[in-house]
Amino acid sequence: MGLRSSLGRARDAWSTHLASVRVAGVVDDRTWEGLTEALLLADIGLPTTEALIDGVRYRVGSEGVDDVEGVLGLLKEGILGRLGGADRSLAFGGEPSVWLFVGVNGVGKTTTIGKLGWREASAGRSVVFAAGDTFRAAAADQLEVWADRAGATMVRGAEGADPGSVVFDAVEHAAARGADLVLADTAGRVHTRGNLMDELAKVRRVADKGAGTVTETLLVIDATTGQNGLLQAREFAAAADVTGIVLTKLDGSARGGIVVAVHEDLGIPVKLVGVGEDRDDLLAFDPADFVDALFSVDVPA
Amino acid sequence: MFEGLSSRFEGILRKVRGRGRLGPEDVEEFLAEIRVALLEADVHLDVVRTLLDRIRDRAVGVEVAGALNPGQIIVKIVLEELTAVLGGETFRPAYASKPPTVVLLAGLQGSGKTTTAAKLARWYKGQGRNPMLIGADLLRPAAVEQLRTLGDRINVPVFSDSTDPVSVARAGLAEAVRLGRDVAICDTAGRLAIDEDLMAEVAEISDTLQPHHTFLVVDAMTGQDAVTTAEAFHTRLGLDALIITKLDGDARGGAALSITEVVGRPIAFASTGETVEDFEPFHPDRLAGRILGMGDVETLIEKAEETFAVEEAEAAAARMLEGTFTLDDFLEQLRALRKMGSINSIMGMVPGMASQVRDLDEALDERRIDRIEGIINSMTPSERLGPDVIDGSRRARIAAGSGTEVGEINQLVKQFREMRKMMKQMGGRGPGRSKAGRARKKKGRGGRVTTAGPAPIDKKKGLSLPGLGDLPGDRGPSSGDLDLTGIWPSD
Repeated sequence: MGLRSSLGRARDAWSTHLASVRVAGVVDDRTWEGLTEALLLADIGLPTTEALIDGVRYRVGSEGVDDVEGVLGLLKEGILGRLGGADRSLAFGGEPSVWLFVGVNGVGKTTTIGKLGWREASAGRSVVFAAGDTFRAAAADQLEVWADRAGATMVRGAEGADPGSVVFDAVEHAAARGADLVLADTAGRVHTRGNLMDELAKVRRVADKGAGTVTETLLVIDATTGQNGLLQAREFAAAADVTGIVLTKLDGSARGGIVVAVHEDLGIPVKLVGVGEDRDDLLAFDPADFVDALFSVDVPA
Repeated sequence: MFEGLSSRFEGILRKVRGRGRLGPEDVEEFLAEIRVALLEADVHLDVVRTLLDRIRDRAVGVEVAGALNPGQIIVKIVLEELTAVLGGETFRPAYASKPPTVVLLAGLQGSGKTTTAAKLARWYKGQGRNPMLIGADLLRPAAVEQLRTLGDRINVPVFSDSTDPVSVARAGLAEAVRLGRDVAICDTAGRLAIDEDLMAEVAEISDTLQPHHTFLVVDAMTGQDAVTTAEAFHTRLGLDALIITKLDGDARGGAALSITEVVGRPIAFASTGETVEDFEPFHPDRLAGRILGMGDVETLIEKAEETFAVEEAEAAAARMLEGTFTLDDFLEQLRALRKMGSINSIMGMVPGMASQVRDLDEALDERRIDRIEGIINSMTPSERLGPDVIDGSRRARIAAGSGTEVGEINQLVKQFREMRKMMKQMGGRGPGRSKAGRARKKKGRGGRVTTAGPAPIDKKKGLSLPGLGDLPGDRGPSSGDLDLTGIWPSD
């Protein structure tokens, strides 16, 4: 299933704004207003939206573009330019490699680990899940179900156990068995809670301490997230040295535009997107697909 | 980025200072800043537009009267408009004449339904009810286990089986009747508003349960999509109210305001932390202030009231605001604050403090409080009153006495000074707070605490708005009474 087909289903205000721009044909003030509103409705945020529109207006003037499709093309280029050029591969390099998952509550960390574990196990790697969310009730049970589905080994501690030691044990367990990869879950935490962010930094350090090496720290962001996403990304990046974003729930009506601002502001690329709850619903992030989907307008059935 | 409305206004205020009347251009300048603030708070674009129209209508030609400066007048108008949206209709929990009262929770994945179900059950218990939880989320692995664990924690029975969600709901309701529980709260799987099959399923659950209340659980961090989602759920289920979650972060929560405006349903409860205590009935005026980045003094006072004895609360809040406390008080405050639930949800409510929560949060870690207690106990009374006298040899003595390091003593004293400074800044904005609290209490406690009607404005001192205390006013700095009761309209 392509990203676009997962995204194109929504019929919402966003589509209406963009459709009105397209129907008008000629480029005038209403075009700019409509495009600005469309970007804002995609949660791209005011500063990035204004910078994008200003950039396109400048190019429209200097390059003599006078049709709406041409303007849209420039706008897509502008967004792609802000997302482009990044290395989106997931790095290996440890024995085992450790990929740590972080984010606020409810964004889909555990589900993402399940799906990614399935993908990596299907590629022939031996995968260990570390149940580092020892706070949320039954979080480890949830991960265990995914370990069964993915064919991964599971290392868990007691509820309320120190998350660092659970992750450390999982890495040691993986090293002893010659496993390739540890996917480490962490409890969701609101990024303003200093002590929990410190705890996360500690988990990150401890995961590196033993035989393994943390080669990815992936921040999971939910596509419905608004402007707060940027603050989240800043804090998590500061605490845990984030290497990439997983954008989840992109199969809904939300467009996930905040990742454009996150990439621009912090230089952290989106690496994966989640488009459903089945084990295959995890895709590599393709910026061109993402931008096309941002601008796809669904015709009401 | 994300500065409060009052700081956005500062530049404009300097320009319009001393003018008796706001012209249309002045108002447009203010409106442009309000638009930015609302969009940064994730208020839906269409809602921003209608709000700005309403604010414009009221603001153009407004006379700058008495002690109020133009910025204060406009903030007051904005607050009133936001509060009108949020508090237009308030949610009142009703109970079925023939129990159980049935409550259905629905929402997107990860919005916090399961945790909210437990918090809501605990709240009903607090109202003297006997709730039961029904776990109809059979989709997310271990969702039912999560609910059972939470149910055990609050001592509320949980029903579920592995048939299908509609059957679980039906059987759960029958079980609630059999057990004589008077409230049945049904948790459901998270679903996307555009997922036809799952939306049809939750509609069937609703048909089966015939709930008295249907709540949409909404994450405070949601962006522009919130309205689309809420409309879809409303069409299918007929929502009664919203429950807003994750308000303990720094999200402004404009999405919730947008939903109330578009769907026309109120916010019933707000969830402000991870533990089951962090849950309270929603207060419209507070979210209005939060969206504008103005802090939340009211909630702070009320939380304190819940936990302390009333007199104690008054004194504690007043001392906090005055910034005259000692290290002994500091320790007492740390302990007391800890009792109030999540420290962060408390500190985040204090104007200007959300950004400084990190440091405090560190200071308020449980184990550190024990160490701080040891350190303070090793101080002489005069050191506790005025830690400025603590020099090198005293530090060494205190460290030896408490079994800590000299560095920790330094850190504690530094943190104490910073906290005192912050409190003093707040206090500068409102030493009159306790008076307003007392006035409100006379009106009777219990149930929703709403504010009294407009209070007379003290002409000499002026009306100071939360977070606006440092604005240049027509009559000098408005460091007079912080009288919130005059600002918030009663609902």
